[in-house]
Amino acid sequence: MMLKVATNHKSNFFKKIGLDMLEFVKENVGILIGFAVLCVALSIISPAFLTEANILNILRQVSTNANLALGMTLVIIICGIDLSVGSIVALSGTVTGGLIAFSNVPIPAAVFAGILVGTLAGVFNGVMVAYTGIPSFIVTLAMLNIARGAAYVYTGGQPIRVMNEDFNVIGAGYLGAIPLPVIYSFVFLLLTAIILNKTKLGRHIYAVGGNKEAARFTGIKIKRIEIFVYTFSGFLAAFSGVVLAARMFSGQPTVGNGFELDAIAAVVLGGTSMTGGIGKIGGTLIGVLVIGVLNNGLNLLNINSFWQLIIKGIVILAAVYVDMMKKRKEAQV
Amino acid sequence: MSNVILEMKNIHKHFPGVYALKDVNFELKAGEVHGVLGENGAGKSTLMKVLGGIYRVDEGEIYIEGQKMAIHDVKDSQNAGVSIIHQELVLVPHMSVAENIFSGREPTGKLGFIKTEEMLGKAQHLLDFFHLGINASQLVCKLNIAEQQMVEVARAISFNSKILVMDEPTSSLTEKEVNFLFTTIENLKSQGVGIIYISHRMSELFRITDRITVMRDGQYISTKVTKETNVNDLISLMVGRELTSYYHKIPHELGANALEVKNLTRKGVFSNINFNLRQGEILGFSGLVGAGRSEIMKSIFGLDRLDSGEIFIHGKKVTIKSPNDAMNFGIALVPENRKDEGLIMKGQVGYNMTLRILDQFITFMNVDAIKENEIINTYVEKLAIKTSSTFQLISNLSGGNQQKVVIAKWLAAKPQILILDEPTRGVDVNAKAEIYEIINRLAQEGVSIIMISSELPEIINMSDRVIVVRNGSIAGMLKREEFSQERIMHMATGGI
Repeated sequence: MMLKVATNHKSNFFKKIGLDMLEFVKENVGILIGFAVLCVALSIISPAFLTEANILNILRQVSTNANLALGMTLVIIICGIDLSVGSIVALSGTVTGGLIAFSNVPIPAAVFAGILVGTLAGVFNGVMVAYTGIPSFIVTLAMLNIARGAAYVYTGGQPIRVMNEDFNVIGAGYLGAIPLPVIYSFVFLLLTAIILNKTKLGRHIYAVGGNKEAARFTGIKIKRIEIFVYTFSGFLAAFSGVVLAARMFSGQPTVGNGFELDAIAAVVLGGTSMTGGIGKIGGTLIGVLVIGVLNNGLNLLNINSFWQLIIKGIVILAAVYVDMMKKRKEAQV
Repeated sequence: MSNVILEMKNIHKHFPGVYALKDVNFELKAGEVHGVLGENGAGKSTLMKVLGGIYRVDEGEIYIEGQKMAIHDVKDSQNAGVSIIHQELVLVPHMSVAENIFSGREPTGKLGFIKTEEMLGKAQHLLDFFHLGINASQLVCKLNIAEQQMVEVARAISFNSKILVMDEPTSSLTEKEVNFLFTTIENLKSQGVGIIYISHRMSELFRITDRITVMRDGQYISTKVTKETNVNDLISLMVGRELTSYYHKIPHELGANALEVKNLTRKGVFSNINFNLRQGEILGFSGLVGAGRSEIMKSIFGLDRLDSGEIFIHGKKVTIKSPNDAMNFGIALVPENRKDEGLIMKGQVGYNMTLRILDQFITFMNVDAIKENEIINTYVEKLAIKTSSTFQLISNLSGGNQQKVVIAKWLAAKPQILILDEPTRGVDVNAKAEIYEIINRLAQEGVSIIMISSELPEIINMSDRVIVVRNGSIAGMLKREEFSQERIMHMATGGI
């Protein structure tokens, strides 16, 4: 409450620089505290947690989910859902891997082709949602099956091994001390934040999600916005798929199973509203980190992976419940 | 007085900022069809919602068959023998007629399973009683509108209702279906059911009702025996208020035609619409709710497709296929319903205000925040919008200030032709006066304005000319010197 009063009197400069940070902390205070508690607890319990190697490890592990969650944030802001991202990860990885291993296509062309195929799956999602009126849940559920099936058909169900060092660098390389996938995710994070906060497109995305009818009255081209958002989500999934294939020396048709659910969990943890119109990239970032740190911590503590799933589920429920209670309280004030 | 089944005495109902019912009295006899007549917003629906238990009265008493009733919710009202058939039917389309009639009260056996046979039998019995010719096992979605309405009637009767309220029951019926409905009403009358019949259609009121009560501005005006009154009397009762002017119109010179439309038609919605709008003019559009005024404007603005007709802007023929086309020709539309059509309620004041003019301060990836603020502040000042900050959520503003934000959003696009659909609906008196001043100032600056309004004083005070729309066509056009509430109401109700 104090913050709200204070912000009204800030100068423009603070609105641009300082306020955003304050707002960010204020809006995500619940999950930030949770995240801090989690980190402190883990660093006390396990000495291996707060080491440079482990932190870089966490960042690399979350990079795929980060990419998917960025796209998913936009999709959920416009009141949609994209269930197909996990399958697109597999499809683009296998296409790229197959082109290199079977067809001797040059690496850059193979990478491009893999990303293109996945992106086109996203375009298809967007066109279907925009023009047929089929709910996004159904459209992307269908694409979940189609893309996964296509990956199986293309590979005959077997992983494609790509023993190529040049290809491997794309996913396993470093820039200085930082793994390349972390760099990619950082770039995408900036890109998505810019789209949402600094462009016309971003404001239109919030409008379409917040009130489609008002957006129509405003002359916003709703179909274009929808197609863009699903295409963007498809692109990020496809890119992640190629990077993952490179790191693993193989295009695997089974990879990415259930990735869409982790992405949705991260977005929701980050405070994006499932009813559309509300959502911030900063929130999604924290959501991704919470899930990543939780996974890492549970591993460090040697908790078996079956129990990990149960704990993750409970954390998601609890975090979203607390967030909702907080917002309900604010609405009453 | 022994056969009076309903008496509502000294009913008062307040809403925040609105005195919806002021000391209203109403009486209904058994076997009587009692018409309720009044302008939009006269309080008819509110009174019926009080009777139906949807609203609670602030003050006043309701007697049913001489017994004082405390109606707190819909159940109380049903138990007291009241059934309301709303304008929009509330049947479940994919369930059978019988299931709809008995929904929530299905006859069940010991194990809680529904006794389908018994239910069907009871329903059929009820339907046959009124010679409705409807099969109880049929799905509701297979019936036409009139038949569906009969199912609602049957449902009402199955509650043993003594009082039946029908709100504009004929609005979507054909002539033949209306006859069918009226036969049923006669039937119910002979059973001693009292019927409250709300309608704007004079001819029907004179055909079916025994008495007519007129309401105006939330007040009871008068009750007439139908046989002893006529259309002129009723209309003057409906509009017989004194004209209070919030704003004195300052006449000014009008320019050439800014907009002209010829033979605009959208099948089943409106047909053969012709009018012109001069530069700097305020052209009022009056008519009853549902007459097609908003629909005409939506088509001109490119939101809905036209089936035929031509639009000329500054004398040039144009094609408008989308709101963007319309905006490129300098047209803006401030919609009727700000929450659903005008605003992003989850967004902030500034965000909403600039959504239409992002090009003015966003270039590719760069937001010129200083310019954005300048624009926002200009309109916050110009329209005297009261908000703690331009970052305030729009939902925290009062209705009047929300409305000003919607107007600002479109003014920022600097339109030459501004269409305002019910610009003062749901705003308080002060905000109204301010909005009138804004509209007048714009007209003086040369903006051509179309103002749809259901409030007669507003239309009469503000407009240079008034067009009255009835049933999707233009019923007439009046010049300023010809304005009177009676004339407009005559045209709007078809009671000429």
